[in-house]
Parts: sequence; C-alpha cells; structure tokens
Amino acid sequence: MNKPIKKINLSYRAVFSLVLKRDLMIAMRHKDDIINPLLFFVIVITLFPLGIGPEAQTLSRIAPGIIWVAALLSTLLSLDRLFKSDHDDGSLEQMLLSPQPVFILVLAKIIAHWLITGLPLILMAPLLAVLLHLNEQSYGALILTLLLGTPVLSLLGAIGVALTVGIKKGGVLLSLLVLPLYIPVLIFATSAIDTAALGLPYNGQLAIIAALFFGSLTLAPFAVGAALKISTN
Amino acid sequence: MPTEQEKPLISTTNLTCIREERLLFDQLELAIFSGDIVQIEGPNGSGKTSLLRILAGLSQPYEGNVLYRGQLIDNCKEEFHQNLIYLGHLPGVKGAMSAQENLRFNLALHGINNSDSETKSILSQVNLTGFEDSLASHLSAGQHRRISLARLYKSTARIWILDEPFTAIDKQGVHALEQLFKAHIAKGGCIILTTHQDLLSIKLEQVKKITLDYIVENTLENIDEKEG
Repeated sequence: MNKPIKKINLSYRAVFSLVLKRDLMIAMRHKDDIINPLLFFVIVITLFPLGIGPEAQTLSRIAPGIIWVAALLSTLLSLDRLFKSDHDDGSLEQMLLSPQPVFILVLAKIIAHWLITGLPLILMAPLLAVLLHLNEQSYGALILTLLLGTPVLSLLGAIGVALTVGIKKGGVLLSLLVLPLYIPVLIFATSAIDTAALGLPYNGQLAIIAALFFGSLTLAPFAVGAALKISTN
Repeated sequence: MPTEQEKPLISTTNLTCIREERLLFDQLELAIFSGDIVQIEGPNGSGKTSLLRILAGLSQPYEGNVLYRGQLIDNCKEEFHQNLIYLGHLPGVKGAMSAQENLRFNLALHGINNSDSETKSILSQVNLTGFEDSLASHLSAGQHRRISLARLYKSTARIWILDEPFTAIDKQGVHALEQLFKAHIAKGGCIILTTHQDLLSIKLEQVKKITLDYIVENTLENIDEKEG
C-alpha cells in the first residue's frame, strides 16, 4: 500500500491502443453488435432481386447503388452503439475527465467501430455483388470505394452520434443529421463503380473519396470531442 | 507572499448556476485547500450534483469561473485532470468487462501502471475478492460502486470529487472509505463530496460543510421582479 505509485505519461499510441483494445473486447463479448448490422446488410440486398425480378441486366445496372445504400443504412444502424452505452453507464464522462487528449480517445473509438462494422461489410460485399450480377470489371472499384468510403461513414456518423447521445430518442434525429452528409460519398462511389463497368479509369472519383476520408479523419475527431462536451453538459 | 501550500487547490469566483429556469446558487465563492474535506449538503434538487459537475469541468456554469491553483481550469486542463478524480452518480463500469478489467482500464487511462497482482490486492481491499473475473453485468449495484471506488486506492490525484460515494455501500465499506479519506487528506489532498449520511469516524471539526439552501422556489421570474 505504501509503495510509491508509478505514474507514467502514456504516449498517444498507448492511449489509442488501450481504448481500441477495450472497444474490440466489448464488441467480441456482445457479438450481436457485429452480426446484426451485417445481417441487415445481407437481407436488404437480397430483397432487391426478389422485388425487382431476376433479370441480370436490370440488376447489374442498379447493383452499385443498392450495395452502397445498404452499406449506408447498415452503418447508420450500428452507429448508436458508438457512444450510447458509454454515455449511459458513465464511462464516457470518465474518459472526458482523463488526462488524455479527447482527439485520440475518440479516434480510437471510431476506428474500433469501423473494424467491427465496416470491415465485415467489405468482406461480404463481393459475394452479394455476385447475387446482383455486378459487372465483372467493377469488383476492384467496389472494394476500393468501400475501403475508402466506409471509414468516412463511421467518422461523419460519429459527429451525429456525439450530438444526439444525450437525447432519449435520438435515433430518427441521428438519421436526419447524418444521411445528408453521406450523399457525397454515395455519389462518387457509385459513379466510380459505374465508370469501372465501362472499362474507363475511375481515379478521379477515388481521389475525391480519398480526400473525403483524409479530411474527415483529421477533422471529425475534433468535432466529435466538442459535440461530446455539449452532450455531457 | 503566499506559498504553494497556501494557494487553494480549487476555488471558484462568482459562480452562478441556473437549471431549468431555476437559480440553484448565486455568486458562490469557494476556496478549498489541501487537507480539506468539504461536505456539500442540501435537499434534493438544490444543485449539489450540478455544483460538483461544474467543479470537475463537466458542466459550464451560467456565470463565474472555477480555478485550479489560481488558474482557469480550461487553461490547464491536462494538469487539472491529472490531479482530479470525479466519481459521479454513474459508476462508469462496463458490464461486458470483468471487475479487474474495468479497474485496469480506469487506472491505465490515468497513466497508472498496474499488474495483475496489484489490481487483485486493490479489489480485495474493497471486498471484491473472488469477483475479479466476474463480468460486471453479473454484479450488484453496490459492487459496481466498489469497482469504481477501487480507483481511489491507487490514485495520485489530489482532488477527489465524489458524488454520493456511499450509495449502495454497506456499513463496513463506509468505514473503510472513511479511513481512506483520512489518509488522503493527511497526504495533502482534498475531498469534496455530497452525502446524506454523517461522516462517522472523521471528526466534525475537520469537515467543512457547505449548505445549498438557496430558496428552491426562487425562479428567475421572481428574481427579475424583485430586482426590476
């Protein structure tokens, strides 16, 4: 008891991995957090061939849009868990009061969210693309746009969650806040996939999505930190 | 010239808090020095929790400032947070993690290195021996509170702000906590707490009491009328 307490200044990387590990561990113990959004993604996509009919031409024409809209909705569905449970049990307050920079804590939580929800979605997308008769030349573009685009969804969505976390029924408000922000990603991603189907270069669209990614990666955590401070006030 | 020791650890100037159009306290001036135990009293809804949250920097006051060693807390956030433990109504314990994992994370977040055996011995001090590896969601409210209080045993922070720390804690636990409080103020820390119980084993003259009894019915309109 009387031993002096060793106090160390954690490096940013140590703080980042501490929070990341914690969130991944919690997700692994609540597997429904991983499985539910993924199942939602699969079910929404399988509904389209049932509703529209199995003609390969129609399906392959609308496949990029369907996959991307389903990805937006399933991300939206999973966003709530990003800060909600931490807010409800008080651990969010404790994190905000820790001597670590909020930027790093928030970034780690968002990356964890993407690893839990975005990454499985990317792995699943090619299989569902087969179901929708996506043009063979478009697979590369589909994966690349998802790889660059889904982190943007998590980052921008986190701002909305941080703003609505203190509200009892923030779910609908969250979709109204966040979905309009997803429009640029949707437009350029589907356009990239369409362009790839024609065998044309789609570097331009990819570059814009990459710009959105780096922009939100550097700025969103600050916005989230500020929003969380308002929400816990 | 005032030395470092005489500067108040935490002080407020002109603090005013308004919640739901209701004035909770007005022009509150506090100076809390090292070695102080401050017990904030008042009926339910008198603003005890609001005051503690403002002191911890979680809420913004309507007017006035909170100072840490004479500096605005926003200007020395990192240093202030390193010297602060705030335990609120919510224990901040994750149900999906075990008692030990919760404690380790909380300590690590504050830069306190800890090994398995150390966290085990801290948990035994708060009477959680045998529950180290149980998921917190399987434990009771009092045990959650104990997990969050366990941090105090290994804290280097000088300012402890505790909102109802004795809630759901049994008699022996309260006694152990009071011993811990005594040791903390003897080391030069300060404690600000709210509780409806009397602190039994701490001498009354050591405890400074602040009573928030600003007339609760005093709504803003009434005050405007009086002043205007």
